[in-house]
Amino acid sequence: MERPLLLDVADLQTRFHTPEGTVYAVNGISYRLHEGETLAMVGESGCGKSVSMMSILGLIPIPPGEIVSGTARYRDRDLLRMSEEELEQVRGKEIAMIFQDPMTSLNPVLTVGKQITEMLQKHMGMKPAEAADRAVQLLEWVGIPDARRRLADYPHQFSGGMRQRVMIAMQLACTPSILIADEPTTALDVTIQAQIMDLVIRLREEVGMAMIWITHNLGVVAGLAERVMVMYAGFIVEEANVDDLFQDPRHPYTIALLAALPRVDRRRDRRLKSIPGAPPSLLVKPRGCPFAPRCEFVIARCQSEMPPLELIAPRHKIACWVDVLRGGSR
Amino acid sequence: MTETEPLVRVEGLVKHFPITRGILIRRQVGAVQAVDDVTFSIARGETLGLVGESGCGKTTVGRTVLGLYPATAGAIVIDGHHVRTAKGAELMAIRRKAQMIFQDPYASLNPRWTVGAIVGEPLRVHKLCRDEKERLDRVKELMQLVGLSPRLINRFPHEFSGGQRQRIGIARALASQPLFVICDEPISALDVSIQAQVVNLLEDLQERFGLTYLFIAHDLSMVRHLCTRVAVMYLGVLVEMAQRDEVYESPLHPYTQSLLSAVPVPDPQVARSRKRVLLEGEVPSPINPPGGCRFHLRCPQAEARCATDRPAWRDVGGGHWVACHRV
Ligand SMILES: Nc1ncnc2c1ncn2[C@@H]1O[C@H](COP(=O)(O)OP(=O)(O)OP(=O)(O)O)[C@@H](O)[C@H]1O
Ligand SMILES: Nc1ncnc2c1ncn2[C@@H]1O[C@H](COP(=O)(O)OP(=O)(O)O)[C@@H](O)[C@H]1O
Ligand SMILES: [Mg+2]
Ligand SMILES: [Mg+2]
Repeated sequence: MERPLLLDVADLQTRFHTPEGTVYAVNGISYRLHEGETLAMVGESGCGKSVSMMSILGLIPIPPGEIVSGTARYRDRDLLRMSEEELEQVRGKEIAMIFQDPMTSLNPVLTVGKQITEMLQKHMGMKPAEAADRAVQLLEWVGIPDARRRLADYPHQFSGGMRQRVMIAMQLACTPSILIADEPTTALDVTIQAQIMDLVIRLREEVGMAMIWITHNLGVVAGLAERVMVMYAGFIVEEANVDDLFQDPRHPYTIALLAALPRVDRRRDRRLKSIPGAPPSLLVKPRGCPFAPRCEFVIARCQSEMPPLELIAPRHKIACWVDVLRGGSR
Repeated sequence: MTETEPLVRVEGLVKHFPITRGILIRRQVGAVQAVDDVTFSIARGETLGLVGESGCGKTTVGRTVLGLYPATAGAIVIDGHHVRTAKGAELMAIRRKAQMIFQDPYASLNPRWTVGAIVGEPLRVHKLCRDEKERLDRVKELMQLVGLSPRLINRFPHEFSGGQRQRIGIARALASQPLFVICDEPISALDVSIQAQVVNLLEDLQERFGLTYLFIAHDLSMVRHLCTRVAVMYLGVLVEMAQRDEVYESPLHPYTQSLLSAVPVPDPQVARSRKRVLLEGEVPSPINPPGGCRFHLRCPQAEARCATDRPAWRDVGGGHWVACHRV
């Protein structure tokens, strides 16, 4: 009953060559996205979430960036080997993106109406009048009141939450098959975040698209995702269905992260369990498991060899030498 | 002053920021009504959480309570001192007893000063050490207290991670041995794996020194974990305040109810079954806030009088305060 494969990323490695040294941002990650599926990528700031997505969309500045290895099969083509013109077609129409800061994809000196209609004319071949009507529909669709009048407004005249809605309307106008959302609600208040999440859940059903949702918030993951990838220092360390990840986490980092979170829906029953130390610098070439210095289950092998991401149960993968249930090596 | 007297008492606090026009002759054309008639108190040794959406006035309450912003109206009493009228030695006493920890551990630390200079500054200002040697020892002791190695005393802020910088800010706040510390979003800028470290540190320090906290935060889950009581703010006013579990389990104000329902829960089964009370629209501007109840435009339960009469801020029993006509 598995849905058809849409995106197949394998062994992606991205680095940046900076004056301070080489940044090992993404260190050989592999994952698959199926039609209509919602995949979440969760991890702390700087762990390589954005870089891993920008890499497959040709958005990494080269130099200083370098895609050292990898393939990203989308339908029958490898995104990492496409020309800039081909990629531009894919980005506008088939793979849409929304970001934490909507101003990165909105032009501050053009009215919102102009930006949406131009895009519809370019990608959908619409005539100006047709595009204008469609723009009003799109803004209404994402819940902007008084949409026709607001076409004449500039992005700065919208609040943060409204701007995010405008960006969503623009990005979904061409009914893409994949939406990549990079922390689109991180800068918003929880009430506005809830509105945007509800909107995206509704649109996901209407458009029938697959989604990759990047976040550092495990609560957002629980509310949206079907499958989850946990990232740490440029590696995927655990991947599972959302229920398994939260009920039966198997990587020490995931376990520690969940234990460090307080719950809004429960009485306090203990002190928070904190994770000692801090994530490693990505300026050091990874050797061994990057979580080893903070891991309570660490064994000798962790220091010298990075464990591969392997199946430990149906549809549940971890990159860890240790069996946390029994203790000791797997 | 008795032992049962709250450490901090704030009554009818108002803070308006004037909006001015004109270059040669500045005239006031309006005001940002950032805080408008706020009343609460904090008992010794407790942690009061102050929550609400961005721009609702939390930071302004904190800064005005400490006298960092002059209040427009109202009374503020900290450990028996009236903050608004204090001068000279009394003002210095308040400055020593009440401290603040800031959201952005980067912006709040002077980048050109070493950790030693930053943490030692309050010791110098309040003349708390006899000589340089004693001051140095005390700085090292403070660093140890917050989990920083005293060997790092000559390093600069940019050489530390976000979590470590927040520890520097905490050490500086504790240097003058305060009674009361306002923590303004001390963990918002930190990663999840670091947040628990800082929260646990704040708890340990409270226990050890009997500190009283005002904990300002967005993260309602962390507030439930850390605070003894919680106050909810909306557009410059308090709408509800009660014991922590009372607020989270039996919220009375419609705003509190929807705010809590919007918090994502890291549990997919709960997430699927939870009912959300989604609010329409967004927070109005504090320049021309709505009359009557400030929440009435977005309130799912609003009735006619909510648009005209401001609901009184009152204790409806057992220290559960609320400002709503329907309660
Ligand atoms: N110095 C100032 N001058 C003018 N207006 C101000 C000033 N400081 C704050 N304000 C305004 O007062 C209101 C309350 O701001 P405040 O910073 O207290 O909010 P907050 O609740 O702390 O928000 P956040 O959660 O974003 O930190 C806002 O409308 C803000 O723009
Ligand atoms: N243009 C760039 N030049 C140099 N380093 C970069 C660049 N973009 C990202 N990085 C580095 O790559 C790492 C991963 O960053 P990113 O993917 O943005 O993290 P996040 O998980 O927060 O999205 C970080 O160490 C970041 O500093
Ligand atoms: Mg990012
Ligand atoms: Mg603030």
